[in-house]
Amino acid sequence: MVTLEEGLFAGFLALLTFACLIVAGKTHEGVMTFHALIGALAAGAGVFMIFNSYFNSDTSGPVPQEIDGKPNYNMGPVKFGTVAAMFWGIAGFLVGLIIALQLAFPALNFDLPWTNFGRLRPLHTSAVIFAFGGNVLLATSFYVVQRTCRARLPGKVMPWFVMLGYNVFIVIAGTGYLLGATQGKEYAEPEWYADLWLTIVWVFYLLTFLGTLWKRKEPHIYVANWFYLAFIVTIAVLHITNNLTIPVSVFGLKSYIVWSGVQDAMVQWWYGHNAVGFFLTAGFLAIMYYFVPKRAERPVYSYRLSIVHFWALIFIYIWAGPHHLHYTALPQWASTLGATFSVILWMPSWGGMINGLMTLSGAWDKLRTDPVLRMLVVSVAFYGMSTFEGPLMSVRAVNSLSHYTDWTIGHVHSGALGWVGYISFGALYCLVPWLWNKKSLYSLKLVNLHFWVSTIGIVLYITAMWVSGIMQGLMWRAYDSLGFLEYSFIETVEAMFPFYVIRALGGGLFLLGALIMAYNLWMTVKAGEPAEAEAPATGTLAAAE
Amino acid sequence: MSDNHKKDVDHISGVETTGHEWDGLKELNNPLPKWWLNVFYLCILWAVGYWVIYPSWPLISGYTSGVMGYSQRADARAAYEEGIAARAEFADKIVAADLSEIESTPTLLEFAQANGAAAFGDNCAPCHGSGATGAEGFPNLQDDTWIWGGTLEDIHTTLLYGIRSGHDEARVGEMPAFGRDELLSREEITQVANFVASKTGLEPEAGADLAAGETLYADNCAACHGEDLTGMQEVGAPSLMSANYLYGKSVAAIKAQVTNPRNGVMPAWTGRLDEATIKSLAVYVHSFGGGQ
Repeated sequence: MVTLEEGLFAGFLALLTFACLIVAGKTHEGVMTFHALIGALAAGAGVFMIFNSYFNSDTSGPVPQEIDGKPNYNMGPVKFGTVAAMFWGIAGFLVGLIIALQLAFPALNFDLPWTNFGRLRPLHTSAVIFAFGGNVLLATSFYVVQRTCRARLPGKVMPWFVMLGYNVFIVIAGTGYLLGATQGKEYAEPEWYADLWLTIVWVFYLLTFLGTLWKRKEPHIYVANWFYLAFIVTIAVLHITNNLTIPVSVFGLKSYIVWSGVQDAMVQWWYGHNAVGFFLTAGFLAIMYYFVPKRAERPVYSYRLSIVHFWALIFIYIWAGPHHLHYTALPQWASTLGATFSVILWMPSWGGMINGLMTLSGAWDKLRTDPVLRMLVVSVAFYGMSTFEGPLMSVRAVNSLSHYTDWTIGHVHSGALGWVGYISFGALYCLVPWLWNKKSLYSLKLVNLHFWVSTIGIVLYITAMWVSGIMQGLMWRAYDSLGFLEYSFIETVEAMFPFYVIRALGGGLFLLGALIMAYNLWMTVKAGEPAEAEAPATGTLAAAE
Repeated sequence: MSDNHKKDVDHISGVETTGHEWDGLKELNNPLPKWWLNVFYLCILWAVGYWVIYPSWPLISGYTSGVMGYSQRADARAAYEEGIAARAEFADKIVAADLSEIESTPTLLEFAQANGAAAFGDNCAPCHGSGATGAEGFPNLQDDTWIWGGTLEDIHTTLLYGIRSGHDEARVGEMPAFGRDELLSREEITQVANFVASKTGLEPEAGADLAAGETLYADNCAACHGEDLTGMQEVGAPSLMSANYLYGKSVAAIKAQVTNPRNGVMPAWTGRLDEATIKSLAVYVHSFGGGQ
């Protein structure tokens, strides 16, 4: 029998297919037609998949929660997210390399609207943050919440709806940028209909996650799950508040935000900063809290620290947004408040670093032999570095030099490449053998190569941006003895050229590392030695030996 | 811990765990690191100090203004006014002096050069290039080819009002569209373009009727560009004998310009830059070496 869940999802998706076809027929905008057709195709495919699985499965009705007394984990969506993360990661790094080269060699814009820096830049940021990072978060959260709760994800369709629906959002957002559809809010560029779709997907994500926690067989909720939950809830609030737009017509792209002027700017950077705080920090700290102790086979250093820094982090992060708007129309009191909370945030951020690094005490020797663990640990070190640099840059006196310069780009990338990138790579290196039941990775030597190639890449990238950014800031504020600006803007751009080239080189190495990784993971799935029956490590801690 | 009374100690660190286990993961019961807690408190203390000194917390109407009465906006205004005041002594003299006087007074010249260089980089360089050597369609200011005149006064006037800028005093001159408006046939344009080419050091196309071109030139072009092709600065007709052509120096480029001329625009700077800066720019550009 078709379950109620299957019926409701099939009905909803069928209606959505129909609605998309109407929009596709009535709109006068090419991009909207294209997106409505993608929507109709995706929703129609969803209906097909639901019925296909119904008619092809031997056991209809609800899925067994346990088989032979062991939880019957739902790892299909996790596998999908893992593959999607690798795919989008490479796409996002590649676009990043292209725009880095465009800054050094503007001819690479090719004078075409679709390849213009202005359209490729949001494609890069969204691809790496939301497509790569988002799929890593979805995949790992579905994995971690099941394993640490000893419970299967609720629903037959819902986890797949979340995973596939999220990736449809990414396709709509990405193609929209290339075709020129944007609402012009940084990290929130997709237009109203894409935002609406993401909201629906996200609500089901929350339900899936909460449902698993609800069904858990463990008396307590593991720390990683607090961080995942904080990430899911806060991103929902941020996304909705920053995208409260009113479309001009349901058949058109354009919408207007309900906030105006400086309030809009404030909401935008409250969103923007907490996208960093909750998407790229809280979410990835959850990954750290599962994968670092797992890989090191050591207990988490301090339970108390994890509680204190968790609550401090989520309460304080949410205040820090105004430091993006120093010396603007934003009232000074708001800017002061944002800066001070950013400084207070320093230790709560470092709590995660301490817990990550100290978890290795008793297992430091493993860094020599296990490049995956090394990647995880170096990511925590980069996390510590960029969460120190962030509060520093939020202080007005420092910000007056750093703001609008490449220093910001360097800061972001030490966090993005070093922290988010490496913790994700480490998690994926762990996940793939577990998910595909392999004894180990295809080649640890290749992991080692990946580690060194991309570490050199990151170092080149961030040092080039630090030098170029500080130089740029100093050139902008240099006056001659008669009180005139020493340098024109174009002179500062010329001076940055060599650093742009070095940055592109660093980005190229990082991309190369990711390609090595993709090959390694592919070979693990294809040619890896199968693991013994009890595949995913059931975790006998070294400590318990 | 209430659900687990048995003490579970991690043998490597000798620290008790919390007694829970998730998928093989445990947590040690270590206290908060002291230094961590102290730095956290220090940061909070620093923030409180900051709140006391600077405007920081919103109130029902208004905000806490801080004990120093500091205002970022007032600070910026004071710095701006200080900058203006520092320059005022020389800027006032520049406004009062005439252009040749600025050029011959070393202190004023030094100031005008600095002011001009700063203004040029951000206002003129986007078209004329940071080295002032121009680009196709944007005149080279380093050479001695001047479409509207290269004296101090000429440059100053061009700067003030621009070229075809829409300003009432703007320099206006328009090359007729001989091809687009069908004033000359395609063949005639080929003839006249080859005639001009032959005079200005270019190799004319094989078989071009230069004699017919010369007649056409005299009838259609000489009124502005002159019998001797040296142009007429009063109407902005460029010298055709010049080494540098604004829209390219080749037979094909000449044909294109005669057929469908581009009449470029330079903006008027009066009202956008202050008087002293425009005068300084005139002196600065005049000093490049191409000035007349």
